[in-house]
Amino acid sequence: MSRLDDYRELVPKGTVDFLECLAEQVKGRKILHINSTKLGGGVAEMLRSDVLLLQDIGIEAEWQIISGTEEFFNVTKSFHNALQGQDQHVSQQMLDAYLEVNRENARRLSFDADYVVIHDPQPAALIESRPTQGKWVWRCHIDISRPQWKVWSFLKQFVVNYDAAIFSLPRFAQRLPIPQFLIFPSIDPLSDKNRDLSPREQSQVLSRLNVPTDKPMLLQVSRFDRFKDPLGVIQTYRLVKKHHDLQLVLAGGEATDDPEGKTVLSEVREAARDDPDIHILLLPPDANLEINALQRAATIVLQKSLREGFGLTVAEAMWKGKPVIGGSTGGITVQLVYGVTGFTVNSVEGAAFRIHHLLDNPEVMTKIGEDAKEYVRQNFLITRNLGDWLALMSYLGRAS
Amino acid sequence: MVPKIAEHPFFFTGCWELREMVGRSARDEQQLLEAIEEIPPDSLSFHTHSFFLRHKYIAGPYPNDFATWAAIQVRDRVLGEKLGILDPYDFEDLEALRVEIVNIIDEHLSQLQIIPRVIYGEPFHFMQSRIIEVPTGLEARSLTEFRKILATVDASAVYYHNFEAILRLGRRKGDFALWIEEQLDLPELAQKISRIDFYMTSLESVRHRIIKLCDEVLSKEVRE
Repeated sequence: MSRLDDYRELVPKGTVDFLECLAEQVKGRKILHINSTKLGGGVAEMLRSDVLLLQDIGIEAEWQIISGTEEFFNVTKSFHNALQGQDQHVSQQMLDAYLEVNRENARRLSFDADYVVIHDPQPAALIESRPTQGKWVWRCHIDISRPQWKVWSFLKQFVVNYDAAIFSLPRFAQRLPIPQFLIFPSIDPLSDKNRDLSPREQSQVLSRLNVPTDKPMLLQVSRFDRFKDPLGVIQTYRLVKKHHDLQLVLAGGEATDDPEGKTVLSEVREAARDDPDIHILLLPPDANLEINALQRAATIVLQKSLREGFGLTVAEAMWKGKPVIGGSTGGITVQLVYGVTGFTVNSVEGAAFRIHHLLDNPEVMTKIGEDAKEYVRQNFLITRNLGDWLALMSYLGRAS
Repeated sequence: MVPKIAEHPFFFTGCWELREMVGRSARDEQQLLEAIEEIPPDSLSFHTHSFFLRHKYIAGPYPNDFATWAAIQVRDRVLGEKLGILDPYDFEDLEALRVEIVNIIDEHLSQLQIIPRVIYGEPFHFMQSRIIEVPTGLEARSLTEFRKILATVDASAVYYHNFEAILRLGRRKGDFALWIEEQLDLPELAQKISRIDFYMTSLESVRHRIIKLCDEVLSKEVRE
């Protein structure tokens, strides 16, 4: 497993030493993270690295998982969808089931820590059982900018009892009487999805995926979901194809929680029909090396989303020094500084224009790729996340 | 010339910026104006100064968030340009800067029939900085030591001793220039450092310029 020293060559100079100095302010204190799953999903992936690095730097970091019934997770799935703006029916019985499981977990778990960080809505009601000592923080990873009101007002009665809340984007913030901090998600440069690959490894993966390397490659990695606009990406490719001989790779999984996923995938296949230069790859959730190899092989990476939470695939591609063209939405606008670390666009035509521009100006592509990588190095690596945790612990410690 | 040894060493302090949301946003330039009149000083500082902590290597379109938002999100390049040229170091304090920003936006709006607003872009979300000071344990007693540490210390120390010291801690010359003048008795070097235009560049660029100025003095010392 990676340790802080392994990051020394990847992060800005002085960062590791600086984080060690920052950690001095909270060394020996205990932080307890609680969420609802140990495996799968970005939160668990990020927590695994976070906890190891916190321990490595002298913090007593622990990670616990709540347990729940199938009914509970169906309820929290509805909460999740409702908080992200989908219309959901939530009955009193569902609310009672949610509270009961939280209370059972509160009896089972120990909250003996200086800082308790509760991730997402599933365990949010554990705050009802907080002991007198310790600071409690609610870390919300989802987009709650337009929540269904009934569910948010139910959840809010718990959130207001925390000492602070953390969101991933400013627009996710809510009217709350507690401090709300902004912490961007981050990528781990040493994970399989982002670590350096040898040319041999890369070509083995590409050949396994049947992706040729004889033409410049446009790539979009994302679920087959309307909000990711895969059909718009094909239209964009067609506009560019008139002048440049290139290929398009659309890689991603089906959205299992999205009943439209299959329909979108078949529409995409239909739109790509008869074009041997369009490759549609349906990847399993753990295809990290495959995504890594594709991003490294791409000439230009697209994330032409119409709506996006944070969109960490953008940072992943930027970390590999690729120019990225993204939809002007959500966290993409935070990652792509227009004309400096990439381009945000609002239409198929806008995306096509930028691809033309980049293909015709390879020196611009190189410069943007370099700046993009530096920008990620500074803002979206796991070490920045570690610093944010340490700083937050220090700040909340002083506030008390 | 014998290189001077400082009586009081220079202690390098870095900082970490926690970003706190103020809970206020603007969708048009009138709302931006009204909010700027009321936001806490820490928020004004976040959007006009600590920008550099977030863009250590890359200068963005404009060196303050208000100008960048007007130009990119509202697509009002005229206001973006007017705000972009503002140099906060021309002002005695944050309140004087606030008055100037309000005046610029107010005058701009008075010349328009329609208030420019966000149509496709993102609203402006007001934030504020919570700066955590981090002593690095590194100290210099001579210009040689100072230059050596400056070359490798975390870039946030460059921010803390120049931007933060000048803006919020009231040390108008900046810590580097002040120490070099008072402890090393090198007023000319101190003056050159305090003349660097911190606002129109990046922290890395400021670091390199100061190192270059130190090298000029050090090479002169060797020759003499």
